[in-house]
Amino acid sequence: MTEKLKLIDRVTAINWNRLHDDKDLEVWNRLTNNFWLPEKVPISNDVQSWARLTPAERQLTMRVFTGLTLLDTIQGTVGAVSLIPDALTPHEEAVYTNIAFMESVHAKSYSSIFSTLASSREIDEAFRWSEDNEFLQKKAAIVLEYYHGDDPLKRKVASTLLESFLFYSGFYLPMYWSSRAQLTNTADMIRLIIRDEAVHGYYIGYKFQRGLELVDQAKRDELKDYTFSLLMELYDNEADYTESLYDEVGLSEDVKKFLNYNANKALMNLGYESLFPSTVTDVNPAILSALSPNADENHDFFSGSGSSYVIGKAVATEDEDWEF
Amino acid sequence: MHEVVYFSSTSGNTHRFAEKLDLPARRIPLYARDEPLLADRPYVLIVPTYGGGDGKGAVPKQVIRFLNHEGNRSLIRGVIGAGNTNFGAAYGLAGDIIAAKCKVPHLYRFELFGTADDVRVVRQGLETL
Repeated sequence: MTEKLKLIDRVTAINWNRLHDDKDLEVWNRLTNNFWLPEKVPISNDVQSWARLTPAERQLTMRVFTGLTLLDTIQGTVGAVSLIPDALTPHEEAVYTNIAFMESVHAKSYSSIFSTLASSREIDEAFRWSEDNEFLQKKAAIVLEYYHGDDPLKRKVASTLLESFLFYSGFYLPMYWSSRAQLTNTADMIRLIIRDEAVHGYYIGYKFQRGLELVDQAKRDELKDYTFSLLMELYDNEADYTESLYDEVGLSEDVKKFLNYNANKALMNLGYESLFPSTVTDVNPAILSALSPNADENHDFFSGSGSSYVIGKAVATEDEDWEF
Repeated sequence: MHEVVYFSSTSGNTHRFAEKLDLPARRIPLYARDEPLLADRPYVLIVPTYGGGDGKGAVPKQVIRFLNHEGNRSLIRGVIGAGNTNFGAAYGLAGDIIAAKCKVPHLYRFELFGTADDVRVVRQGLETL
C-alpha cells in the first residue's frame, strides 16, 4: 500500500447557497443535528451491571467492542476519506468529512466505555485479541483492499456494506444486554452510533445509485455482480467471526439472523432487492425491540394482531407548519 | 379500495415501494414550484420519516403542505410510515405524527423500500380495507 496519495486536483470555494443535489444539504443537516459526544452518556451508571456479568461475558463484550473500534477506525481514517476524491459535488465532499469525523468519535466512544468499566489489563488483552483474530483481520483486509482500489463505485459499495452490514455482528451484543436490562447506558450510546451508521449507509448508497446513472448497462451489471459477490465473501467471513465470538455463549444462530436482516438493508441502501428470505431474517423480537420500540408486529394494523395505533402519544411537531 | 398517495425524496425509496404495490398511486410533488397534488377520493398516505431521533422535522415539508389543504386532509383514511429501525423510537415516526394529527390509523411500517413480504402484506391489507 505505497501508492501515491490521491487528492482532488482543484478545489473551488464551496457555496452552500448553490446546491447540485438537495440530498447533500438534507444529509448534512441530519448529521449535524444528530451530533453527539461520548462524554454526554453516563456510562459510569453501568459499573454495577458490568460487575454482574460473568468473566466470559465481560471478555466477549470487550472483544466485540474492540472489533467495532477497528471498523470505526478504518472508516474514519481511510473509508470515508477515500470517498472524497470521487465526490460529484463539493457538498458531497463536505458530508464525507463529517462522516469521517463521526467515525472517529465512534471509535473513541468504545475507549470511553473501556476506561469506565474495565481494567488496563482487560483493555490490553482485548486489543491484543483484535490483532490476533483472523476473521476480524480478514474483514478489515477485504474492505481496505477495495478502498485502495481504483474504482470509485466499488469503493462506495464496500463502504455501504461496512456501514450497513459489517457492524452488526457487534451491535447485536449491546442490544442483547439491553434487552436483559444490562449495560443499558452503554446500549444508549451504541444506539447513537447505530443511528449515525444508518444515515452514513443511506447516503453513501444513495451516491452509489447516482453514480450508476452515469455508467452504461454493462458496467451496471458488473457492479451488481460485484456487490453480491463481495457481500457473500464478507458474509462467509462474518459467519466465522460470529462463531468465534458467540459460540461460547450459544448465541451464534441468533446473531446470524440479525446479520441476514441487516445484509438485506445494506443491499436496499445500494438500491438492490433483498437477498435473504423472511424465514432467515426473523430477528429475535427482544433484539429488534431493543433497537426500536416501534419494530414489533403490534404495529401491523393489517394483521389484526393488536392495538396497532396509539393516539395521543407525545410527539414533537412543529406547529407553526401545520395549519390545522 | 383506496388510492395510494405517497411522498418520496430523490432517493426514491418510497417511490419504489409504491411501484411494487402496483396499485393506483399518486405522488406528492417534490418542489414548491410544481403543481400541488389535490386528492379527489379517499386515500392511504405512505410517508417516509425524516430527521434524526428527536422527532423534529420527521414529517417532510411537502407532506405537511399537502395535508394543510383541508380537502386533502378530509380524504385521508390511514397512513403507512417508512423508515429504518436504526432510528429507534423515531422509526416510522412521521406515520405516528400524521395518525395523531389526522385521527386515522397508522396501518403499517416498513424499512427503506420494503421487502417482498412488506409489499404482500400492504397490498392485501389495502385491498380489504
